[in-house]
Amino acid sequence: MRQSGRFGEFGGAYVPEILMPALEQLEAAFLDAQEDEGFQAELAELLARYAGRPTPLTRCRNLGAGVTGGGAGLKDAINEALRDWTASFEQTHYLLGTVAGPHPFPLMVREYQRVIGREARAQILEYEGRLPDAAIACVGGGSNAIGLFADFIGDEEVALIGVEAAGKGLDGSDHGATLLRGSRGILHGAETYVLQDGDGQVSDSWSVSAGLDYPAVGPEHAHLKDSGRAEYVGVEDAAALDAFAQLARHEGIICAFESAHALAHALAVAEAAEDEPVLLVNLSGRGDKDVAQAQKLLGLSA
Amino acid sequence: MSRYDAMFERARERREGVFGGFLMLGDPDRARSDLLLDALVEGGADMVELGIPFSDPIADGPVIEAAANRALAAGIRTADCFAMIADFRARHPEIPVGILTYANLVSARGREAFARELAAAGADSLLVADVPLFEAGPYLSAARDAGIAPVLIAAGNAPDERLREIARRGGGYTYCLARAGVTGEREGIDLDHGPMLALLKAAGAPPPILGFGSRRKRRPAGRVARFRRPNEGGDAARLTPIQRPRAAEDFSACTESPYRLVRRHVSSY
Repeated sequence: MRQSGRFGEFGGAYVPEILMPALEQLEAAFLDAQEDEGFQAELAELLARYAGRPTPLTRCRNLGAGVTGGGAGLKDAINEALRDWTASFEQTHYLLGTVAGPHPFPLMVREYQRVIGREARAQILEYEGRLPDAAIACVGGGSNAIGLFADFIGDEEVALIGVEAAGKGLDGSDHGATLLRGSRGILHGAETYVLQDGDGQVSDSWSVSAGLDYPAVGPEHAHLKDSGRAEYVGVEDAAALDAFAQLARHEGIICAFESAHALAHALAVAEAAEDEPVLLVNLSGRGDKDVAQAQKLLGLSA
Repeated sequence: MSRYDAMFERARERREGVFGGFLMLGDPDRARSDLLLDALVEGGADMVELGIPFSDPIADGPVIEAAANRALAAGIRTADCFAMIADFRARHPEIPVGILTYANLVSARGREAFARELAAAGADSLLVADVPLFEAGPYLSAARDAGIAPVLIAAGNAPDERLREIARRGGGYTYCLARAGVTGEREGIDLDHGPMLALLKAAGAPPPILGFGSRRKRRPAGRVARFRRPNEGGDAARLTPIQRPRAAEDFSACTESPYRLVRRHVSSY
C-alpha cells in the first residue's frame, strides 16, 4: 500500500492476507487515476453530458429549509461480498458503494462522492451569498454524508451534522446509531465505531430504511466525530416518516427514507432557530423504492 | 522447547508430516465441544486449531460460519472459550493448541489482555484471520510479549518480499493457504505451492502448515496424499473436518482414517 488508509486512528485494511494484492492493485489504479488528466477530463465530461451534473440546488420555501437534489441488512451483504472476493479476486472487482470497508474504499468513495459538496457549495454561495449554517446528511455507512461534508470540512463556520437512524429509540437495541451508541471496533476491514457487545460480537441493527440499517460506519466519520469536527444525531423511524410525508405534500418531492432522516433533523433545527438559518440538506436518494412501504406505514391506501 | 517445536521434532524423527484439525470452540455446546476436542486428539491429530466464534467471520465459508453461529446461540462467550482451552490443556499437556479468531474479538478485550489470557489458558499460538501483515505489528508484539506464537498467513499470490517478511515475523508455524476462497467451500487445491514453500524455507520461516477445508467427510485425506507426495518439499498438512459429527464417536470414525492416511503420505522436510 502507498498510504496507511487511516483517518486519525480509524480506517486501515483488516482483510485476509489473500486480498491484500487486490487492494494494493486497486489503490494504485485509483491514485494513478487521480493524477491522470485524461481520466479526470473524461470523468468530468461524463458527469456533465451523461449524468447531467451539476444537480440544481432546490430551495424549499414551503418547508423553510434549503434542500439540494441530490435488503437484507447491509452487514450480511458485505460479509458475503468479501467472502466471494477471496475466491474471485483474480477476475472480479469489488465495488463497495459506501465509505465503509478497507482502504482504499473509504478514500475512493469519498473522492468520487465529493462532487455533491462541491456543487452544493458553489450553488449556495451563488444563491445565498454565503455559506450555509449547517450541512446535514443521513449516515448509514456514510457515503452521501462524506460527499456533502468533504468540501466544507475547512469551513469552520459550517456545522457538519450526520443523522443516524435512531430506529425505534436510542434507549433500546432497535436502531442503527453506530456513532451515538457504538464503541470502537473492527468490522468489514476497517477500524471504526461498531454496535457490539462487550466481547466484540456485532449486534443487529434496525432502521425503517435499509440504507441506514448497518452496525458499523465509515472510518472517516469515526474520525470526524472524535475530532469534534462533525456532530452526529439520531432521528427515529416515526420522525423520518413524518418528514418524508411533509416533503411529498408541500414540495412534491418523494425522497428516500434514508434522506428523510436528514430532512427531519433539519426541520427540527429550523423550528428551534430564532432567526432563519441556511440549512443544506442532502436528499441522497429518490423515494420511488419506498412508496409502497410508506403507504403501509402511514396508513394510506394506494 | 515450545510445543510446536517438539511436535515438528517428533515428526522429523518419524519421517512423517504432522496433521492437525480445526474445531469451533463451543459448537454445538460446551459439553459436546469438549468431547469433540478429545475425539480430535484420539483420532490422531498432532496439533489442534480452535476457533473462538465471531458473529461476522468473513474469511470463513458457510460451514464454519454455521459452527460459530451454533456456538454463539449456545451462549458461548470469549471467557468460556478461554476456560475450555484451559480444560483441554489440563487433559492434553503436550499437544500444540492454536487459536483462530477475528480482530474485533481481540481488540474488544485489548490485544495485550487477550494474549495474556490465552497464554494463561495454555494456548500456543494466535492467528487473527482478518489481520494481514499490513496491520499485524501491534498484534505480533502483543502475542510475543505474552509468550504466544503469532501465526501469519502466507498466500500464494503474495509478492516475494512479503513472504520473506511473513517468514521473518511469524511464529509457531506458517499457515499456507491451500487455495483461494473461504474455508470449506470447494474441493481441490488451486494455488501453486512449490515456489512459495521453497521461498519460505529459504527465508527460515516457521514450518509450513497447509490449511484447507473439504466438503466431504471421509475422503479429503486422499486428495492431500495425492497432492503432496513425499519428496515434494512439503512439511505438513492440516485437515479441517468440516462435517458436523452428531456425536463424539462419529467424529472419531470420520477423522481417524484420514489422519493415518495423511501422516503416512506427507513427508517431513
